[in-house]
Amino acid sequence: MAISIKTPLSRESAKKLKAGDSCLISGVIYTARDAAHKRLCELIAQGKELPLDIKDSIIYFVGPTPAKPGQAIGSAGPTTSYRMDAYSPDLIAIGQTGMIGKGKRGPEVITAMKQYGAVYFGAIGGCGALLSKCIKKAEVIAYDDLGAEAIRRLEVEDFPVIVIIDSNGNNLYETGREAYLAQKNK
Amino acid sequence: MREIDALKITQAVKKLCIESNCHLSSDIKERIESFCEDETWAQAKEILERIIENYNISDENNQPVCQDTGVACVFLKIGQDVHVKGDITEAVNEGVRQGYEEGYLRKSVVRDPLDRVNTGDNTPAMLYFEIVPGDKIEVTVAPKGFGSENMSKIAMLRPSDGLQGVKDFVIKSVEEAGPNPCPPIVVGVGIGGTFDKAAYLAKKALIRPVDVSNEDPFYANLEKELLQEINNLGIGPQGFGGKTTALAVNIEKYPTHIAGLPVAVNINCHVTRHGSEVI
Repeated sequence: MAISIKTPLSRESAKKLKAGDSCLISGVIYTARDAAHKRLCELIAQGKELPLDIKDSIIYFVGPTPAKPGQAIGSAGPTTSYRMDAYSPDLIAIGQTGMIGKGKRGPEVITAMKQYGAVYFGAIGGCGALLSKCIKKAEVIAYDDLGAEAIRRLEVEDFPVIVIIDSNGNNLYETGREAYLAQKNK
Repeated sequence: MREIDALKITQAVKKLCIESNCHLSSDIKERIESFCEDETWAQAKEILERIIENYNISDENNQPVCQDTGVACVFLKIGQDVHVKGDITEAVNEGVRQGYEEGYLRKSVVRDPLDRVNTGDNTPAMLYFEIVPGDKIEVTVAPKGFGSENMSKIAMLRPSDGLQGVKDFVIKSVEEAGPNPCPPIVVGVGIGGTFDKAAYLAKKALIRPVDVSNEDPFYANLEKELLQEINNLGIGPQGFGGKTTALAVNIEKYPTHIAGLPVAVNINCHVTRHGSEVI
């Protein structure tokens, strides 16, 4: 049974989620990938205001395809998250509680997740057409010049994710594989 | 000597960019569906079902299967009895430009690897030429996503490392890539040649349909053996555990120097895309 998450995601709610939990996210999430993360962290370093409300926010690592007429957004699956490892800890430190992506994360990110209470969700990579159906509205709110990499405010309904790494550092990439192999070798 | 207008190349590239990004080829679909049937781990099976649902939506809506519509890798086999009227490279880039704009595909190319300003039209293509006998041109477009490209590797092994060295390197590359390249993956392996030739062979291996084995029975067998070993790793779809880590291993080989054994591993995700047309 999937857990329903309504944004914003408080630190307390983030801490309750466990690696392996299936969740359906509804509400507002923000998109950002490499170039946007770099700019956000430059703003943090300069002590300037960010173009999004970072407190209790979920950031989706995605660069969608252009929307066709009548579509809210084009195909929009997750990009590989480790490229954001250099930036995520700074954002978590000032209030971000959720990340959606795919692939491994570095120890610096997991340390920040444990310290502040944040969670790393996975969406199915390569399923951009399917996932776009859960995105009802998309609006560029910053860095329009970056094209696909601009920051978008998304309104999502029952957006399907799985908790890959929880705020205690439990990791589905390790436990899922171990469980499968243990069963296989029985 | 047959004359072909460069415009024909533009038209073919444009059409193939759009088609290959929105519709997976039947060999990949059949492989995913049969592996989904054989998958025993519940969560893995569920993910494979979502993957099938996803490409069915793409077929229906003419929508890109994945948001990373890739850098356009274009392979041209040009018959030596063909004269092309116009600039071939520009014709290919114009096809990419039109295809990515009109097909609502993502523009993912930056003009310089360090200043990183987007070219805005997904050009230039990664262009490979081959001169072959005949008076035709075969155009193949293979959009390549970078989640999987980034997990690719090359090694200059010693001849004494032999077959076992090659196998170990392929397995190690897949193991280290883990969940990052969106498994189930297709593994392209290039063995032999030079440093650059091995990498090219690995890329070329990825445009061979997954249901076609290497012509050499020894290598066809090696492809099967490696696929089996990879699918014993337990990484599974998306890396959450399961049997289906790879859909296929395709190997291309070439003669090499007495002192060398180059091996390249080019990884592709389950959205392995390619399309061809003969002009």
